[in-house]
Amino acid sequence: MSSASEAKHPAQEFNQITETVADVIERPKPPKAWYVAFGIALAMLGLLAVSVYHLLTTGVGVWGNNNAIAWAWPITNFVFWVGIGHAGTLISAILFLMRQSWRTSINRSAEAMTIFAVMCAGLFPILHTGRPWMAYWMIPHPNEMLMWPQFRSPLMWDVFAVTTYATVSMLFWYLGMVPDLATVRDRAKSKVRQIVYGILALGWNGSARQWHRYERGYLLLAALATPLVLSVHSVVSFDFAVSKIPGWHTTIFPPYFVAGAIFSGFAMVLTLMVPARWLFGLKDIIKESHIDVMCKITLATGLMVGFSYGAEIFIAWYSGNLFEQYAFLNRAVGPMAWGFWIMVTCNVLLPNLFWFKKFRTNPFLIVGVCLFVNVGMWFERFVIIMTSLSRPWIPAAWADFTPTFWDAATLIGSFGLFFTLFLLFIRFAPMVAMAEYKATLPAAHAGHQKG
Amino acid sequence: MTTENQSDIPETGPGGEGPLHGVLAEYETPGELIEAAKAVRDAGYTKWDCHSPFPVHGLDPAMGIRPTVLPLLVFAAGIAGLGGSILLVWWMNAHNWPWIVAGMPAFSLPANIPILFESTILLAGITAFFGVWALNRLPKLWNPLFKSDRFLKATDNGFFISIEAADPQFERDKAETLLKDAGATAVEAIHLDPDPTRWQIPRPILAFIVITAILGLVPFAFIAKARVTHGDQPRIHVFPDMDFQVKADTQQRLVIDDSPVFRDGQVTRPPVEGTVPRGQLRQDDHFYRGLEGDEWATTFPAQLDIDTSTMDRGHEQYNVYCAPCHGEDGLGGGPIHERALEIQSPEWLMPTSIHDQNVTRQPHGQLYNTISHGIRTMPGYRAQIDEEDRWAIVLYLRALQRSQKALPDDVPPEERAQIR
Repeated sequence: MSSASEAKHPAQEFNQITETVADVIERPKPPKAWYVAFGIALAMLGLLAVSVYHLLTTGVGVWGNNNAIAWAWPITNFVFWVGIGHAGTLISAILFLMRQSWRTSINRSAEAMTIFAVMCAGLFPILHTGRPWMAYWMIPHPNEMLMWPQFRSPLMWDVFAVTTYATVSMLFWYLGMVPDLATVRDRAKSKVRQIVYGILALGWNGSARQWHRYERGYLLLAALATPLVLSVHSVVSFDFAVSKIPGWHTTIFPPYFVAGAIFSGFAMVLTLMVPARWLFGLKDIIKESHIDVMCKITLATGLMVGFSYGAEIFIAWYSGNLFEQYAFLNRAVGPMAWGFWIMVTCNVLLPNLFWFKKFRTNPFLIVGVCLFVNVGMWFERFVIIMTSLSRPWIPAAWADFTPTFWDAATLIGSFGLFFTLFLLFIRFAPMVAMAEYKATLPAAHAGHQKG
Repeated sequence: MTTENQSDIPETGPGGEGPLHGVLAEYETPGELIEAAKAVRDAGYTKWDCHSPFPVHGLDPAMGIRPTVLPLLVFAAGIAGLGGSILLVWWMNAHNWPWIVAGMPAFSLPANIPILFESTILLAGITAFFGVWALNRLPKLWNPLFKSDRFLKATDNGFFISIEAADPQFERDKAETLLKDAGATAVEAIHLDPDPTRWQIPRPILAFIVITAILGLVPFAFIAKARVTHGDQPRIHVFPDMDFQVKADTQQRLVIDDSPVFRDGQVTRPPVEGTVPRGQLRQDDHFYRGLEGDEWATTFPAQLDIDTSTMDRGHEQYNVYCAPCHGEDGLGGGPIHERALEIQSPEWLMPTSIHDQNVTRQPHGQLYNTISHGIRTMPGYRAQIDEEDRWAIVLYLRALQRSQKALPDDVPPEERAQIR
């Protein structure tokens, strides 16, 4: 990192970061690709609106869910989206506690990704309740029915874990953004921008006394978010592990789910960041070395996920339990074996390409592998939910599943919501944590001499 | 705003002629800022601050900033979240409405760990966030320093020290010299607006905030009112759920277009042909109750064939149900009676002889009724013997009674010779 600062004055160096990052939201027009992407995202969002309208006016019967496979796609999508979010918190909180300074180039956008992914995730269980306008029944509140939530149910734990996660992620994201919003405010030329960013920046003036408390608060939130992020997907895995269904009732689920979540989340960060750094000229900030590190983390978590698959199958055999053995045999060679093999190919085999440097440097190859990982991680949840629910204990209760048009429309629509929000975020909020990034430069340290 | 104050120490600040707020000095690097901060601190100032685009490490000890209480607040909030959620879960699931699930105890820590953990994090996280702003006295959108164009760099690449005029030992010349000697590239005075009313939030904005906040409560007031009062209007169905359904009420006329259901529109359907309504099944008083009008029947019902097979059936049934008490000869000395005498049962009354005048005089219908419902200590036999068999017994009884009072004429002529 020191090579860039050799010939430059520190003030120039700091200013250059401000210019590069602020340019993304200050240039009069975003690149054409942004408009194209935004158009597609809006169309998909429209599809979501139509799907949700159709669902609400007709009922959950528009989905393919049936008596045996009650969870079907909605819960698959929920687990998928919650998992996506995890990389954001890992980057912003855990890597912060580990003093990994490279995280500053991507943490803001990864946090934004977390929040939007959690929004998409929250959509599905709420819609899956059938009457979403009664969703507030899940929040403990005095009511005329004299009913309280059942706090020992994993589904109730989910409500607490996901709402806490969404809240803390949003607070963490906004707290980190305030000094940068102040930068945007101070550079704003138009009255509207001055007022809007002025209000959002809360009157931040870079005071050292305020920085002191701010840094403490940020550190505390990071320390709180770290166990939180590990707990969220663990709790999500309890939805499965606590129930007594073959293929679900295993103790490996919490770590396996968390590893899978981080795996899919990093794949999503790469899918978003690799095009974004090229599109908005952020190559000097999100460096190739950062992309390289993220590819390596994806590889590492991918190997963990692969190991978990192996461990699951081994334990199924080793348990000597006929039903458990059948559940896994059915996954691999049963009617939905294609889903299992897509999962194995995308999650276990393809990430191994990241062993090769070429695959960690070529943007097309990176995004290609990561797209496959995203597909594979969706199929992981699909396989877990579908195969186990379609083959319960009593053969008389076995059932097969056929998705409907609306299943697919809602899933595609949720991607529309995600990308719409993310593209708006890129255009209107500082997508790189400028203040944090400046603080990691050598010039930011007292010992550094003017260039 | 003026732009000519690039030179050293201007006499008037960019804000014009208002009262002096303080002086602002700019430094080029974080290192210089720290050195200058040490100088200002050593000079004994208390109301002053540094401003930088990022947290400068080493500045806190240089300025003498004491550690914030924020971690303590967050810790307390975490404890409150933990304790509060334990109370919440215990009160709701174990006390107010003990909820037994799978025979587990209504309250136990392990099953509630996720809830307690998330509540702890939630309350601590919210406190960390709002604590930062509360301790920093933000949001405060208005700050005299924002009047300086130079200060815009404080969020980009500029490093500043501001000393407030409100500081007890503030003297403008001394402060400016101190800052300049410490290596400032520029020093400027910051003035407040000449109009004191503009030091505060403008009244229209304040009024707007207050009015919006009050108006925001109005819907809640309406909801609260609706919950405790009665109205003559039907309730508003935002989500109709199953409140309204296509259905037919009793005695309504309902024609659904093109529906094969109830084409005649008659909602209350007539019974299927041949249906016997409840309570209308056994209307034949003679056969079922042994009545002819209001009197006991003196004839046998038409359903009964008076022939040898009926007589034999009556004989068989009499021996099964009646003979144990009344005896096969009907005199009242059946095996049960004999047994009662043998054990000298004090409660036992001898069964009536069916040859007694009181019995022989009774019409057929009354005998049938007695078999059906019993009399005195005799129970009814309607549950065991069906109607036809009861009538058959009555027929046999008549024959039995006649047998004890038979006249020679009753004996068929070819068998009369055997008498005597």
